[in-house]
Amino acid sequence: MLKLFKHLKKTDYLMIIASIIFVVVQVWLDLKIPDYMGDITQLLKLESGIVGEIWLIGGKMLLCALGSAGFAVLVGFFTAKIAAGLSKKLREDVYNKVQNFSLNEIKKFSTASLITRSTNDVMQIQMFVAMSLQLMIKAPITAIWAICKILGKSWQLSITTFVFVAVLVVSIITIMLIVIPKFKKMQTLTDNLNRTARENLTGIRVVRAYNAEDFEAEKFGKANKDLTKNNLFAHRVMSFMAPLMTLISSGLTLAIYWIGAILINSAQAFDKIVVFSDVLIFSSYAMQVVMSFAMLTIIFIMLPRAAVSAKRINEVLETENSLVNGNMDGEENIVGEIEFNNVSFKYPNADEYILKDFNLKINKGEVVAFIGSTGSGKSTLINLVVRFYDVTEGEIKVDGVNVKDYDLHNLYNKIGYVSQKSVLFKGTVNSNIAFGESKNGKPSEEEIVNASKIAQSHEFVSKMSEGYDSEITQNGTNVSGGQKQRISIARAIARKPEIIIFDDSFSALDFKTDKVLRSEISKKLKGTTCLIVAQRIGTIKNADKIVVLNDGNVVGIGTHKELMKNCEVYKEIAYSQLSKKELENE
Amino acid sequence: MNRMGGGNANFGKAKNFKKSIGSLAKYCKKQTFWIVLSVILSVTATILTLIGPNLISKITDLIESGLTSSIDIEGVIKIATILIVMYSTSYVLSYAQGFTMSTITQVVAYNLRKDITNKINKLPLKYIDGTTHGDILSRVTNDVDTISQTLNNSVTTLISSLTLLIGSLVMMIVTNPIMAAVAVASCIIGFVITSFIMKNTQKYFIAQQQSLGDINGHIEEIYSGHTVVKVSNAEKETFNQFDAINKKLYSSAWKSQFFSGIMMPLMHFIGNLGYVFVCVIGGVLISKGAITFGVISAFMIYIRLFTQPLSQLAQVFTNLQSTAAASERVFEFLNEKELDDESNKTKVLTNVLGDVEFKNVKFGYDENKIIIKDFSAKIKHGQKVAIVGPTGAGKTTLVNLLMRFYEVNDGDILIDGVSTKSITRENVHNLFSMVLQDTWMFEGSVKDNIRYSEKNVTDEQIVEACKACGLHHFIKTLPNGYDTILDDNTSISAGQKQLLTIARAMVQNSPMLILDEATSSVDTRTEALIQKAMDELTKNKTSFVIAHRLSTIKNADLILVLNNGDVVEKGNHEQLIAKNGVYADLYNSQFEEK
Repeated sequence: MLKLFKHLKKTDYLMIIASIIFVVVQVWLDLKIPDYMGDITQLLKLESGIVGEIWLIGGKMLLCALGSAGFAVLVGFFTAKIAAGLSKKLREDVYNKVQNFSLNEIKKFSTASLITRSTNDVMQIQMFVAMSLQLMIKAPITAIWAICKILGKSWQLSITTFVFVAVLVVSIITIMLIVIPKFKKMQTLTDNLNRTARENLTGIRVVRAYNAEDFEAEKFGKANKDLTKNNLFAHRVMSFMAPLMTLISSGLTLAIYWIGAILINSAQAFDKIVVFSDVLIFSSYAMQVVMSFAMLTIIFIMLPRAAVSAKRINEVLETENSLVNGNMDGEENIVGEIEFNNVSFKYPNADEYILKDFNLKINKGEVVAFIGSTGSGKSTLINLVVRFYDVTEGEIKVDGVNVKDYDLHNLYNKIGYVSQKSVLFKGTVNSNIAFGESKNGKPSEEEIVNASKIAQSHEFVSKMSEGYDSEITQNGTNVSGGQKQRISIARAIARKPEIIIFDDSFSALDFKTDKVLRSEISKKLKGTTCLIVAQRIGTIKNADKIVVLNDGNVVGIGTHKELMKNCEVYKEIAYSQLSKKELENE
Repeated sequence: MNRMGGGNANFGKAKNFKKSIGSLAKYCKKQTFWIVLSVILSVTATILTLIGPNLISKITDLIESGLTSSIDIEGVIKIATILIVMYSTSYVLSYAQGFTMSTITQVVAYNLRKDITNKINKLPLKYIDGTTHGDILSRVTNDVDTISQTLNNSVTTLISSLTLLIGSLVMMIVTNPIMAAVAVASCIIGFVITSFIMKNTQKYFIAQQQSLGDINGHIEEIYSGHTVVKVSNAEKETFNQFDAINKKLYSSAWKSQFFSGIMMPLMHFIGNLGYVFVCVIGGVLISKGAITFGVISAFMIYIRLFTQPLSQLAQVFTNLQSTAAASERVFEFLNEKELDDESNKTKVLTNVLGDVEFKNVKFGYDENKIIIKDFSAKIKHGQKVAIVGPTGAGKTTLVNLLMRFYEVNDGDILIDGVSTKSITRENVHNLFSMVLQDTWMFEGSVKDNIRYSEKNVTDEQIVEACKACGLHHFIKTLPNGYDTILDDNTSISAGQKQLLTIARAMVQNSPMLILDEATSSVDTRTEALIQKAMDELTKNKTSFVIAHRLSTIKNADLILVLNNGDVVEKGNHEQLIAKNGVYADLYNSQFEEK
């Protein structure tokens, strides 16, 4: 938790110090008010007809109240600035950190967890800091000051107050100790409930087809019951809290008057009035003490929650990036070449290699396809070229330079990449195709349309209400899977890269579109080195080189025709997709 | 301890506040007894709290009158004892009230959740397909949570605050009308100021909510598209967007934090203001001999009891706003039109052969946009029907109609000559086994996933089906075999999932089949395995296959070609190739040179 305060600026510390001073003044003013009441009481008892004097004291009291409110507003202003500023800074730091993560780190945390860390956790911290800055400073100061004020007055009353405070604090802590685990469990149970309902929804057709409505209701009923039982217990225990607070504060007042009466009675004649006014103001001070302790307890209850968020944020900020950025650009005279030299890869801590001793040289303008079953290592190869992961052994050279030596920015200037899962961003079709930077700068309108034509997206984009300025919603939910894929492909093409990589990027297209798209690419992108990972034989049949992978090993390299003759695995894949007749049909 | 912050808090406003609260009240009718009990408890407890200060003031007067001689200690003890009893009773009553109220809200939440999920299974698919899952889910969890939380707080606070407010006002007037007027005036001044501030700052809260939503959306998008952002060298571009939203968020965040932060000091100020007025005016009145000290000490407590509910009431009304918004969404869902009741249909179709006939079927998802205009086809039992067409051609439409997930607009579908309209949906579903492309598993054991709702399927039958699908060996390698729980952590491939759904269909053993062939997500060798399992499944059964594989299509007895939702061609492979239409085009695109 404290580590996060490193992120505060100097001005923030000045504001904190100012806040502390203001709080002290505020508390002083607050506590002054009952003092004046004591003055009034004594005045009234000792003299009479001093209305003017009472008004004067009243004026002072009013000033104190106003001043206290004014300082409180100032403190509120500072704490709001500090808390919101801290959350802004943290959010930015986490965001930037994540941007530089390699896939290793992202996998370690999981994307979903990184998202909550940068949003909810940061917000938690903001709320906690704002709340605690206001209360954490004020409560102890008030408590200590008020205690000091009453300590001298009467030890009997002080002990009474102390007992009540102790009972309050112990009760709150006990209630919380019982309830907090239940609240934690609540989250899991809610997730459980959510999952069951989600399962019913996503499988709605299966549920209906199997007449499994009752089965689902039973499953949900159980989750619902578990959650309700847990919540009932937690809330029933929590119900002790409010009546308890009332009981303690009323009880304390009563006790002070009761004991006060005995004290006054045993006092000497003249002292009686002094003791009496003491009792009156004691009741207000004691209330302040009780309230301060109640607030402090609440903060300490909130603390663990905020501490968890702080820990989660720190984990992200303290993670060392496993990728070290180089500083080189490629050789000037080599363009569009990729060379794999004895490349092996395994995940950190894994026993098995995903890829073993892979060697291949790809020349400018070649179309190279990778095929193999899931887990054969074909996507891994691509991930190594774009340095989402680093090779475990061996080296990969792009344009004659090891990818590890590149400044990533320069490496990516050479590459166009279409991911397996197509990704669109909120904006327009235009902003999606012209996304990012390349060495050619932003593509012109004409270049966007050209890229879109090659990617077979021009036709449907033109039909959209605003054409290329049509809105794309977050995650591209307003276009179909196939359309998303084509826009992603257009994005890679518009970068005019030396090397273009398709990581299984044709899967959502029907055969016909797939075919047209590929023939357009081979026509219009001559000279661009092209890496294709695919599942369908039809997609890759015309590649210059087809690399067949099986369990991380190369089992065949060659053209379609060559492989049909001499590669068993390839043949097996081919026959599972096309009939003999169709394959011989060429 | 509700979940604070977060971008997804429900800050919406109900379109019709009265109506939504009304329907919620109607829903709680069964709890009337408990609600009334809770109200009575709350009112009684509050009244007891209110009498307190009056008695305290009597103690003060006893003390004061004894200042010059000696205090009537016995009198003090007598009153104090009454007070102890009263405070304790009040404590017990308030707790009983809290207990009842939290029970009521939890029971209501439980029922709401139950009703919503039951509703899911009673709604036409038309509604569910047209709504996002997230939307329905957030009604089950977030909205119901909001209702239960705010209901618990609001109702309790509303009752006790109102009682406290009215009660303390009455007690103040009874004790001393002039002082009461003073106290009320001071509070009103304070509240006019506060409500003025609050009214004018609402916009910052809305802006903050908006920016929070924006930034969460942006972060989600950028993190999930991490690789694309990197390779596109778009970090700078996306950071600039992030920074702009973050700055905007900061500006509204500190303002709303500030205004919500000063609420407490302001309330404190109002309390102080009342205190000062009571002391000063009270002092003046005492000096004139109009009142006693006891009145002041009583008012010092009354003023606290009076200002406290005022601030709470303000909170209650904002809370009720969210309750209304949430219950509006919940009841809107619960009042959706359900599937037609079919309990009057007594006809039951069993032991069917599997002849299927489409008779002049007319259908459109939107009544004004008919996509299947007039489709007729006869399928003999045991035949295989392949449904083909480009992506988005509406291949699932036929499945929707066969299973009566959607109803035909006109025409009829007959099974063994019986209209599917004349039997229940449940009966129709029993006649078909269905394997869909997007494989659906739930968190539960392998066995449960295969058996699913067919309770009388034995373990032996499950093992047999898995053997037939080539799954048995794989399942045996799982840590707990057939009892392994399938969840996010179990590594099971898309192809294996597909095989599991086939096994599920196999144990169901229905006379007819609907299959969707897997495509890209499965590697080709597993695909061969799936193909074999599917062949096994379709033996001697009428089957409808959404086909992607040409071998399946060519072996089909009947091919239905869909385009733009309508069935545009039908026939077998040779006939359709000869026709040289949509099918021929589609078929040829798989081969580049002829």
